[in-house]
Amino acid sequence: MQFKSQAVAKPYFIAAIGLFVGQILFGLILGLQYVLGDFLFPAIPFNVARMVHTNLLIVWLLFGFMGGAYYMIPEESETELFSPKLALALFWIFLVAGALTIVGYLAVPYATLAELTGNNLLETMGREFLEQPLPTKLGIVVVALGFLFNLTLTVLKGKKTSISLVLLLGLWGLAVFFLFSFYNPVNVVLDKFFWWWTVHLWVEGVWELILGSFLAFVLIKTTGVDREVIEKWLYVIVTLTLITGIIGTGHHYFWIGTPEYWQWWGSIFSALEPIPFFAMTVFAFNMVNRRRREHPNKAAVLWALGTGVMAFLGAGVWGFLHTLAPVNYYTHGTQITAAHGHMAFYGAYAMVNLMMISYAMPILRGRAANSNKSQVLEMWSFWLMTVAMVFITLFLTAAGILQVWLQRASDTPLPFMVAQEKIALFYWMREWAGVAFLVGLVIYILSFFVGGQEEKAA
Amino acid sequence: MSGAFTKSMARNIFYGGTVFFFLLFLALSFDTHSQLPKRDMRANITPQIAEGKKLWEVNNCIGCHTLMGEGAYFAPELGNVVVRYGDEGTKAFIQARPKDGIPGRRSMPQFNFTDEQLDAIVAFLKHVNSINDANWPPNDQG
Repeated sequence: MQFKSQAVAKPYFIAAIGLFVGQILFGLILGLQYVLGDFLFPAIPFNVARMVHTNLLIVWLLFGFMGGAYYMIPEESETELFSPKLALALFWIFLVAGALTIVGYLAVPYATLAELTGNNLLETMGREFLEQPLPTKLGIVVVALGFLFNLTLTVLKGKKTSISLVLLLGLWGLAVFFLFSFYNPVNVVLDKFFWWWTVHLWVEGVWELILGSFLAFVLIKTTGVDREVIEKWLYVIVTLTLITGIIGTGHHYFWIGTPEYWQWWGSIFSALEPIPFFAMTVFAFNMVNRRRREHPNKAAVLWALGTGVMAFLGAGVWGFLHTLAPVNYYTHGTQITAAHGHMAFYGAYAMVNLMMISYAMPILRGRAANSNKSQVLEMWSFWLMTVAMVFITLFLTAAGILQVWLQRASDTPLPFMVAQEKIALFYWMREWAGVAFLVGLVIYILSFFVGGQEEKAA
Repeated sequence: MSGAFTKSMARNIFYGGTVFFFLLFLALSFDTHSQLPKRDMRANITPQIAEGKKLWEVNNCIGCHTLMGEGAYFAPELGNVVVRYGDEGTKAFIQARPKDGIPGRRSMPQFNFTDEQLDAIVAFLKHVNSINDANWPPNDQG
């Protein structure tokens, strides 16, 4: 590694992978509860397991983003990190706060947790993805501010590249839009309206800037293509992202009490949201085809190409499937949404983090790339997890189409639970695909522990 | 991308485009806020409805159910549950949940709500049902 302080990224990556494992285990519990309704009831009711599953996802992605940023920024800025000590302190604060939160979810009823953690002072809990108790939310703000302070000062004292600037913009946006999670008016329409300013403007806005800049960084390193070319692409991609994604928020404003004109704004702009993802795919393949060097880390290149394709499929294509208002009228809040959510998060954000880890971790461990044996295993895990996710998405999509038909579109609409029982076969198949995903994840972790001795020196 | 289109042009389009579309989004949001009072029935929000919303939140109902289509997809939509079950039916359903669930089936936890709390929850759900949400869901099954 070029700068000693890049080493702070390592614990972040390890924590990210650990929490990822937890996320998948709870995903399997949820999948089983879909078909064996009383599984683990009442010890771990579905809502608790789901909260753990989604919150672990958010937290491990944030660990990945932070680790990636700590690795990338010194190298881009060509200077040591402003304060490696602060980065390590924030790591432990975030890990302990995250772990306590998960323990809290599992150990006491949610209402008790709310009571104990001061939800009465400022009611922010009990909203999807923003279930964290007030102290955790405040902790996230403190960690985010410390992290941004550290990175921003590093960039200011060093070289300011376009990749760093796009990353900083994405990360500052992440922190700013999180502040809307503290706003929870009693008027449920307003509550939902601004809830999306955190949730949508994160995942279909500023997070894509983080994704784009990580991808650009790894492509520069692994392909040796001229920085000017890559940064130009990056600007084009993030432009397309924000000009479609910001107004694209409107696709969440169809049926929550907001005016009907959002059906036009939301449909048109979010129909364009696949374009930046398509550009990302073209970008990744183009740069790899024009490569000027053969980087020994083939696995990292595979993740880079994979994240482009899977983000385009999951976020782009599966998003488009149900984003037009006349279609969404029937699909809103069904398994179609779940299908899209799974592939989009995996393709865009899980995979970009795995790409960054794949590129950086060998270097952090003192080698340019892992041994061939280790990379082969990692590539197996890539294909297993990715194909498993494709099947999870296809099965949920099939379940969703049937659900829409049985419950909403047919002449004799069935009650929710009756329709659910009729589509149980697809939930079983989704669960088996989930098991395959877990196998892929286990192989991924094994790849860190094999063939470590036969490396070329970095 | 050809040489005529430079990085600094791309950067300027990025900043200009982002600012323009963010301002457009703010303008639309501002207009929405001027229209919302006619749609979100805020004039009808009583302390009881506010209490119902709080109970909805601190029991993490959204972790299984959807409300106006948003939430989890494990249990039925509740934005129109009062249409399906009526006020008394909704309360009776919540009250009757067995503590240890129903063998082999998805079941809702027993929350041990008081009568006042049940009234507040139903008042909140009725309020949500009264919101003008462009005629969603497509039918009473949610």
